[in-house]
Amino acid sequence: MPTVFSIRKGLDIRLLGDAERTVVDLKSRLFAIKPPDFTGCFPKMLVKEGDEVKAGSPLFFDKYREEIFFTSPVSGKIASIRRGAKRILLKVIIEADGKNESLDFGAADPAKTEREVITDKLLKSGLWPAVRQRPYSIVADPKDEPKAIFVPAFDSAPLAPDFDLMVHGHGEDFQAGLDVLSRLTSGKVYLNVHDEKTKSKVFLNARNVEINRFRGAHPSGNVSVHISRLSPINKGEIVWYVYPQDILAIGRLFLTGKHDTTRLIALTGSEAKHRKYFKTRAGASITNMVKDNVEKGDLRYISGNVLTGDKIDKSGFVGFYHSQTTVIPEGNFYELFGWALPGFGKFSISRTYPSFLYPDKKYRLDTNLHGGERAYVMTGMFEKVFPFDIYPLQLIKAILVEDIDLMENLGIYEIDTEDFALCEVIDTSKTEIQKIVRNGLALMRKEMS
Amino acid sequence: MKALRKFLDKQKPYFQPGGRLEKFESTFDAFESFLFVPDTVTHSGAHIRDAIDMKRTMSFVIMGVIPTLLFGMWNVGYQHFLSFGQHPDILTNFLYGLGKVLPIIIVSYGVGLGLEFLFAQIRHHEVNEGYLVTGILIPLIVPPEIPLWELAIAIAFAVIFAKEVFGGTGMNVFNPALTARAFLFFAYPGNMSGEKVWIADKLDSFSGATPLGQALVGNFHNFPTAHDMFFGFIPGSVGETSTFLILIGALFLLITGIASWRIMLSVFAGGLIMGLIFNLWGANQYMELPAWEHMIMGGFAFGAVFMATDPVTSAQTTRGKYYYGFLIGMLAILIRVFNPAYPEGMMLAILLMNVFAPLIDHIIVQSNIKKRLKRAKIVLTQ
Repeated sequence: MPTVFSIRKGLDIRLLGDAERTVVDLKSRLFAIKPPDFTGCFPKMLVKEGDEVKAGSPLFFDKYREEIFFTSPVSGKIASIRRGAKRILLKVIIEADGKNESLDFGAADPAKTEREVITDKLLKSGLWPAVRQRPYSIVADPKDEPKAIFVPAFDSAPLAPDFDLMVHGHGEDFQAGLDVLSRLTSGKVYLNVHDEKTKSKVFLNARNVEINRFRGAHPSGNVSVHISRLSPINKGEIVWYVYPQDILAIGRLFLTGKHDTTRLIALTGSEAKHRKYFKTRAGASITNMVKDNVEKGDLRYISGNVLTGDKIDKSGFVGFYHSQTTVIPEGNFYELFGWALPGFGKFSISRTYPSFLYPDKKYRLDTNLHGGERAYVMTGMFEKVFPFDIYPLQLIKAILVEDIDLMENLGIYEIDTEDFALCEVIDTSKTEIQKIVRNGLALMRKEMS
Repeated sequence: MKALRKFLDKQKPYFQPGGRLEKFESTFDAFESFLFVPDTVTHSGAHIRDAIDMKRTMSFVIMGVIPTLLFGMWNVGYQHFLSFGQHPDILTNFLYGLGKVLPIIIVSYGVGLGLEFLFAQIRHHEVNEGYLVTGILIPLIVPPEIPLWELAIAIAFAVIFAKEVFGGTGMNVFNPALTARAFLFFAYPGNMSGEKVWIADKLDSFSGATPLGQALVGNFHNFPTAHDMFFGFIPGSVGETSTFLILIGALFLLITGIASWRIMLSVFAGGLIMGLIFNLWGANQYMELPAWEHMIMGGFAFGAVFMATDPVTSAQTTRGKYYYGFLIGMLAILIRVFNPAYPEGMMLAILLMNVFAPLIDHIIVQSNIKKRLKRAKIVLTQ
């Protein structure tokens, strides 16, 4: 019996809007790859509007790491290339022809293939960006060798999709994917499951990996938490991590030679009506997912979960690393004496609202900030939801003053922006902590390169 | 509600940059956000946020001190009439106290908030709610007869030199309320200590000494009963006398999670242990005073519950809070028993530990850093 790691610090925010475990096909005409999904990537375009592409055709590459290609998830033609302020590339939109033709990258048995051939295949097919590294949460560098590879087999965020369902019936693909990963490191591949919720045999009977069990409130499913308990990152060390749906695609690439990112996207959130799992490919448009399927009112569409997801619009696209879409109400209204009233129906980790009396109640929460930004006053709050041996407030302040040495000493290599999401939620001073941490990581990467 | 909102929306442009009244932008914003929680939504990071904000937090601290404030007003009246040998009804006592304390509260908020608004406007910030708490704490830690002009000067000093020069709420080193008290204590000692000041307009022949004052001169034969000291029927600063109601306030702050139980607990623990050490020593009568009686005398309980727990000026690390509180408790009793010039040691103990709080945090954070470096070193040598 392996050890169970119990995560004692954390917070489960109970929201209305779980997805039911039914899978339907999503008929999506448009797909997009969004360069901003890939932290620190400077895209250089390889296609122009109107070009025909197949699944696996390169769209752009990273200017500073030219071997890393980003490819089309479907066959069709480039519908548009959107740029934002300062001509930053925002998204490459592909209009699917529905044929799902893929370039052939050649099937191979990972056990009998050289590591260089494996990385080359992953790079060419455009599945390499699914492999990310810590520190910095950037696409992994194929020239590095990580000390370990982490695969989280559950998500603990609010309304998180069920990873068991995603790999259901795809045991062979998943195992092939894990076999590929195990060839990329001389260290271990850690597959981290939930002590009670993970039931799928695909996870529990996986081979070539070390299975560890975790339990406890969010962020017990975060990669950083798993790393901190199993193989903490020291300065100069590198750890890679990959999510299960991407491992399926990697497995398929080696079994069939095809680029096939078929995956499930859960539609969640209190304002979505029929909440299901939609079967589609990476980067699908949510248009047909939410059309005639949401409540009335001003809505916030999120690719990902409510803690770390990206704001998109109702015809937006699911992010490369996301397997969930969340729809919640916008909070753009004034509330008379909102801070002074008892506040039934409001959520707070502090016991200044009655929410602590109903620990099992599920909430319909909106996007209101519930106050104005202030200097940091309260202390000892972040520590309650931050299960690392790191001083969160001190690290945030070190980032704000850009003290590189102090950031390093306080453990910036061991964390990612998502680990601070709960701190940001409960922050009395309403500061943008994830943004601060993202800037800190970017600065650190710049200074270290 | 809609009419009010409409009215505010109509006035708002005047107060925004370029408007006629742009000099009052922060002031307008403060009143607007007091009435309405703003319609701002999240635009980066987490999409949902906890309902708590600074206003909620600060208003809960104020709720925590209200029992002691009301009792303090009554006690001001009770002590006054007692010195004349009179025992009027509750209302008369209360109204007399109200007449004495209300002007103090008005001066406290008037001067303090005025300066806060001014600084917020100069910095183009929103007005921070920190002073709402400071402003109610100051009247509770001064004698009922404090001259209002002295109080005004002390508050101006505290707000400007203990808070705003450091950058405002959240950046200050010293607890502003205690700084105001310390200023009064050193600038106008005649109105802050001795036997005359603790009872409003008392009969001259009546001794108005606090238990601490009596203990310091070794006068233990007229000592009030533990019952009177615990429930607060003794002379003293307005809000410090009733340990019972302070503990009720403490309970409220602990249940709501606003104040740190670690600090409160360790202040009491530090005080008790220092008291017990003195008991063992027993060189004079004051040292033999039962350790627990120190907890119900003077401002010990009030300081432990409402002053030491100020999150900005206390230690910020979880472990640091224990050391910080413990040292405050020990120092307060040490000063009480040993220093003939200061009958009460709580104020100076807290201010002193305010200075040392960053050092305590530094030591604790350094030990975390050392642990991390050691882990990295082990890996390197492997």
